[in-house]
Amino acid sequence: MTDEATRRTVSQIPLLKTHAGPRDRALWPQRLKEEYQALIRFVEQNKAADNDWFRLESNADGTRWTGTCWFIHELLRYEFHLEFDIPVTYPDTAPEVAVPELDGKTSKMYRGGKICLTEHFAPLWARNAPRFGLAHLMALGLGPWLAVEVPDLISKGLVVHKERQREASE
Amino acid sequence: MATVEELKLRIRELENELIKCKQKQCAVEDALQRPKIDIMSAEVVDSNPYSRLMALKRMGIVDDYEKIRTFTVAVVGVGGVGSVTAEMLTRCGIGKLLLFDYDKVELANMNRLFFQPHQAGLSKVEAAEHTLRNINPDVSFETHNYNITTMENFTHFMDRISHGGLEEGKPVDLVLSCVDNFEARMAINTACNELGQIWVESGVSENAVSGHIQLINPGETACFACAPPLVVAANIDEKTLKREGVCAASLPTTMGVVAGILVQNVLKYLLKFGTVSYYLGYNAMQDFFPTMAMKANPQCNDRYCRKQQEEYKKKVAEQPKVEVVKVEEEVVHEDNEWGIELVSEVTEAELQAATGTVPDLPEGITVAYTIPAEVKESGETVEETEQSLEDLMAQMRKL
Repeated sequence: MTDEATRRTVSQIPLLKTHAGPRDRALWPQRLKEEYQALIRFVEQNKAADNDWFRLESNADGTRWTGTCWFIHELLRYEFHLEFDIPVTYPDTAPEVAVPELDGKTSKMYRGGKICLTEHFAPLWARNAPRFGLAHLMALGLGPWLAVEVPDLISKGLVVHKERQREASE
Repeated sequence: MATVEELKLRIRELENELIKCKQKQCAVEDALQRPKIDIMSAEVVDSNPYSRLMALKRMGIVDDYEKIRTFTVAVVGVGGVGSVTAEMLTRCGIGKLLLFDYDKVELANMNRLFFQPHQAGLSKVEAAEHTLRNINPDVSFETHNYNITTMENFTHFMDRISHGGLEEGKPVDLVLSCVDNFEARMAINTACNELGQIWVESGVSENAVSGHIQLINPGETACFACAPPLVVAANIDEKTLKREGVCAASLPTTMGVVAGILVQNVLKYLLKFGTVSYYLGYNAMQDFFPTMAMKANPQCNDRYCRKQQEEYKKKVAEQPKVEVVKVEEEVVHEDNEWGIELVSEVTEAELQAATGTVPDLPEGITVAYTIPAEVKESGETVEETEQSLEDLMAQMRKL
């Protein structure tokens, strides 16, 4: 499924307790707090392990999330904008994470830049719902996707480091 | 280099030209489009678009074909299956169609039916309405170009399902799910469970060689959340299935077949002929069509499903004793080599811990995955916190 390192990281992300989606007016704020707690912990852990790789923030009601993720390849940092909506069926179904700037560059993507997760992700999420949250989505969904796709895109020349791009155009 | 003023002028010229083109095209289309027909005629003449449909009455298949004009069907997802579904219903003379899709037509869709290359760039619902209106101007259309799974759209979607009937304010007669992802299916399921709306789910597998339709009557039959997604076993060894570099494959044939069995079931349900299928699978590799019926799960995660089950029980209790019609057919097949490979590339331990019971399903149908009955509380959970949501948001931003 996933490598040992990811597994260890995931086991360190606290599980969530509140089963509530954005339509549940009474409990959603509590769920949202738990999401932030888990995300903060995950980012802190990543920083401590010298593997900080994403930032996320939401609108006030927590239904739309935006952020950045980055990937270090051959000592160069490649940064991407990421976004997703919380579906009404969350947390029974996971949000569809999109990296719009990579849309059309890889076939491992649906329209609008939504990343195509492996066939293992949906069962994994379903088995752990509602205890998995957005931090788990990052760790088990986006993380492994970037690790596979970005080096490939760089090798194909479809993703070019921003500074190199500038040098090339000068 | 042209000045801004010159460019503005040029834009105005082009806009005027576009308007003229549009007017000309509309005039041509109006001239080509047949006038609306008030009453379906059974007269067999070249000019009657309904003669062959009305012949179903003469042949004793359908009692009252004209009734089709009183029905409203919502098609959610106007892609490979949904567009063909909408076209079939339009040609059959359905009363009203509601179309939902957030996508645009792309050249990559051209391996499927219905859409044409010149429509690339248009929204799918807009392009579909245009074509369908031309085919049959008697049908009413209502289109919504949005993603039903987000908060505000979902509310609107629910409202249109419960009020978007032919007679405004009445619910639609049937919702058809022709979407391509789990989130959207679950969203339709949620809406239909809350509204007690009967719907039909349809799908084609990502490898394009199997598909299914499933009629869901909230409270009576299993809803989409009652069990893990059902799949038609394609009898392909997962290890030989190459997924490198692709998300999904699609074939116009499989999609056409699934749209065909979907609309056939819809017609049988609406016009009351033949046997309506609760679940019909299509395995294209072996040409095998498993069928079954599945009762609602009393422990379903969706509380509205459980509520509908209570109501259904009451309804059944009130009714005079009627034998429950069993549509379940025992499928007998000579070979028995349907390998139930649930998850591959998983360690034995993981598989054991994560495997739940497989529901009792007929040959050829299985679940996409299983969920263990009892989830052990392993790992720590988030702690109680005094911090407010705003504090947490600010803390996250500062990281």
